[in-house]
Amino acid sequence: MTAPTLVDFDDVVDRYDPVLGLEVHVELSTNTKMFCGCPTAFGAEPNTQVCPTCLGLPGALPVVNRTAVESAIRIGLALNCDIAPWGRFARKNYFYPDMPKNFQTSQYDEPIAVNGHLDVTLEDGTVVRVEIERAHMEEDTGKSLHVGGATGRIHGAEYSLLDYNRAGVPLIEIVTKMIPDTGGRAPEVARAYVTALRDLIRSLGVSDVRMDQGSMRCDVNLSLSPKGSGILGTRSETKNVNSLRSVERAVRYEMSRHAGVLDAGEKVVQETRHFQEDTATTRSGRIKETSEDYRYFPEPDLVPIAPSAEWVEELRGTLPELPWERRARIQQEWNLSDAELRDLVNADALDLVAATVDAGAPSGDARSWWVSYLSQQANTRGVTLDALPITPAQLARVIELVTTGELNNKLARQVVDGVLEGEGEPDEVVAKRGLAVVSDDGALIAAVDEALAAQPDVAEKIRGGKVAAAGAIVGAVMKATKGQADAKRVRELIIERCGA
Amino acid sequence: MSDDLTRLSAAELAGKIHSREVSAVEAAQAHLDRITAVDGDVHAFLHVGTEAALASATLVDESLDAGTAPASALAGVPLALKDVLTTTDMPTTVGSRILEGWRPPYDATVTSKLRAAGITILGKTNMDEFAMGSSTEYSAYGPTRNPWDLGRIPGGSGGGSAAALAAFEAPLAIGTDTGGSIRQPAAMTGTVGVKPTYGGVSRYGLVACASSLDQAGPCARTVLDAALLHEVIGGHDPMDSTSIDAPVPAVVEAARLGAKGDLSGVRVGVVRELTGEGYQAGVGENFDAALRELEKLGAEVVEVSAPHFQYGLAAYYLILPSEVSSNLARFDAMRYGLRIDKGASAEEVMAATREAGFGPEVKRRIILGTYALSSGYYDAYYGQAQKVRTLISRDFAAAFEQADVLVSPTAPTTAFPIGDKVDDPLAMYLNDLATIPTNLAGTAAMSVPSGVAAEDGLPTGLQIMAPALGEAVMYRVGAAYEAARDAADGSPFAARTPEVKA
Ligand SMILES: [Zn+2]
Repeated sequence: MTAPTLVDFDDVVDRYDPVLGLEVHVELSTNTKMFCGCPTAFGAEPNTQVCPTCLGLPGALPVVNRTAVESAIRIGLALNCDIAPWGRFARKNYFYPDMPKNFQTSQYDEPIAVNGHLDVTLEDGTVVRVEIERAHMEEDTGKSLHVGGATGRIHGAEYSLLDYNRAGVPLIEIVTKMIPDTGGRAPEVARAYVTALRDLIRSLGVSDVRMDQGSMRCDVNLSLSPKGSGILGTRSETKNVNSLRSVERAVRYEMSRHAGVLDAGEKVVQETRHFQEDTATTRSGRIKETSEDYRYFPEPDLVPIAPSAEWVEELRGTLPELPWERRARIQQEWNLSDAELRDLVNADALDLVAATVDAGAPSGDARSWWVSYLSQQANTRGVTLDALPITPAQLARVIELVTTGELNNKLARQVVDGVLEGEGEPDEVVAKRGLAVVSDDGALIAAVDEALAAQPDVAEKIRGGKVAAAGAIVGAVMKATKGQADAKRVRELIIERCGA
Repeated sequence: MSDDLTRLSAAELAGKIHSREVSAVEAAQAHLDRITAVDGDVHAFLHVGTEAALASATLVDESLDAGTAPASALAGVPLALKDVLTTTDMPTTVGSRILEGWRPPYDATVTSKLRAAGITILGKTNMDEFAMGSSTEYSAYGPTRNPWDLGRIPGGSGGGSAAALAAFEAPLAIGTDTGGSIRQPAAMTGTVGVKPTYGGVSRYGLVACASSLDQAGPCARTVLDAALLHEVIGGHDPMDSTSIDAPVPAVVEAARLGAKGDLSGVRVGVVRELTGEGYQAGVGENFDAALRELEKLGAEVVEVSAPHFQYGLAAYYLILPSEVSSNLARFDAMRYGLRIDKGASAEEVMAATREAGFGPEVKRRIILGTYALSSGYYDAYYGQAQKVRTLISRDFAAAFEQADVLVSPTAPTTAFPIGDKVDDPLAMYLNDLATIPTNLAGTAAMSVPSGVAAEDGLPTGLQIMAPALGEAVMYRVGAAYEAARDAADGSPFAARTPEVKA
């Protein structure tokens, strides 16, 4: 297979209109599976969370998990969808070893939620409305591990291991309508949408939405049409897009690849592609010779889902403050400009700052720590901000120590470093590293006198009333005390000693 | 002694066990001995669980000896269980090679209820593979023979359960009825078989043929015995979403009431479309005689029409294979059952296993169903069949406005010779013409012996159909007719069953 011709991104945007579509699978964090009572905890020993139903044993039957339906309805409501008053599950029939019944039970043409939207804010503040086609319930498959063979796929593998713990875990699939007119911002819109959806679902408390653990998975559909033509192109469906950054990169790559195909006068193949994390490219999946015929039909083992209007309204009443409502409230409470709020959101720091504020810190201090120093630390370590080994409560304590004068900013950073290095709670780090501010005037006066003596010309200026010159002496004292002096007190002492 | 016990009805046997005249172990042993004596010829059982049966009976005896009240009206009575319901202590094969030797890790709800009621499960009975068939000839393990004539079929798919009753190998049996698999074998063997209202008995642990049609039900030699068993196995099951959350109809009371012989005020509807042409002479004669008997009992016999029943068979043979094609997809050698390790890939192993593991009728229906559900054909086939289903339900609803129960012959002929129709699927399918509408509508029906055909001396059946959850009136009519027929014959029908002759 020859490498695809890639067209420069700006060139693509000049000549083509991308049309995006996103399908996001969210694993619900219900205690039990979609159609049986098995637990859903992540990371258990293989095949320990199974029963006759989720193993598809002969004679076993499904029973719908009410909590999963509730979660689906709440997601639908939060996405401004209409909730279907009646709907059936269907069977999607195909053979695959990780699917115990060789059909997947899924809401096919009767989804529980339809016709919604999600407003997505881009980095510069532009708001894009993404229309939601539907959100429907289905069950997850088991996991296959193909051993041997070059590709890690079932074809060519020596043998395969199957883990059915995940089989039957409830999934919600959220499908957007086609998102047109995003132009060069298509990659950013895709990422912003998935981010907004993640935040929304997290706020509902119905899923962990961890892309790294697979509890949120994204398929990116993309097609190009010649600029201004309005002719819909053939789309590709890219799977295995497992991080927010990958969402953006997958869109970008596919745009360049599609343009390459179209420029060569060829036809884009309608196919499933797999995103390659390491190279930020996509690889063709097995090309379907015919369109897969899943022989859908209504699941006869289940009765229709018919949520009453009362129940739906009751669930609407349980919706928490949604992310955009919360952002508006926080902006007002913390008195932030639009830009400041955006920085906070873009740095993925809003939740962390809010938690730090909840732990007692002033919002300004909390903000500046997370957005600047800690963001740098996260960058250096190559982890996301929330993966840094410091909790909002620990940071709040450091801030408190600064406010009470027990630490200055420089020392505070060292305390934070200590916490990040795993040296314990902030107070322990202070004690172990001996980082308390020197507040003994006697020791400070000696250091001040020494510094004044070392720089007589500066001392003379201060004595002559040029108080601003004290800065140089403060610096020298701080250096001499290894930063452990309270700079404000040092300045006062300098002025005192100079009789200025 | 032993022989006597096997001739008793379940109610009579239970009476003797509960009064401690007979022990449950004696009752079990008598039937196990009978199985040993005749099942080599009849082949009603695929598996006999001697140890499990005796262990279960021993527990019942211990409990009764300790003065504890019987766990149910049938505690200690032996039963033959169709091999389509899962059992942890016996294999469950569904009459198929693909599940040969499979030992389920869980009990079906019906199995659990039988155990809780203290009923002794003797073993698992033969059936057409995956309950697809009307003669039990499609069992992968060889046919069951009709105790009335070992050269003939016992009906199907539940031929094993019906034959076990007729051969006095068990006084009770469980069948499952997807298109007549309880009622048609009952008619062929001169026994009683009941298809309860869809959702009346849990399907959890019933290896599915067609989910929207399958229903487990009681089989016995008398209407009262069937009623007693019905109350044991019926009722809501949270493990089955399609199970009805309503009390089990009071069928025992209704059967006792009916046995008193008064049907005045009961309207019996004769379904015009299920009478007339196409029936063997003796079947028709016995049906007409039954109608006269019902009138004598005080029932008002009226004619009703169900114009869409004629499309029932066609709709059934689209809906059933469609569901079968999906339900049977799970038999892929990956987790349980047969595995033919031929080929290098999972797909090849699946294909080789299904090729070797499924018999011709199962394959035929999988192919039919796969085709009927294919895109482009769905609306014309499955969709259209569902519409017919709705029309048939409406026919029933209209008919039940005019009558409390509907009646017809259960099957068009008496038991046919083994091998007669096995190569002619359409002729085989016609056996279920009269029974299928009930499955499509989800209503209830039973078959009660209506005598023997004059021309061949083989039993015929009267089908009594009732609305959903209308089993009480159905049992009442069945018991009244049975009592009148027995009075006329001077003996219970079962007593007319000939001794099994090889
Ligand atoms: Zn399970």
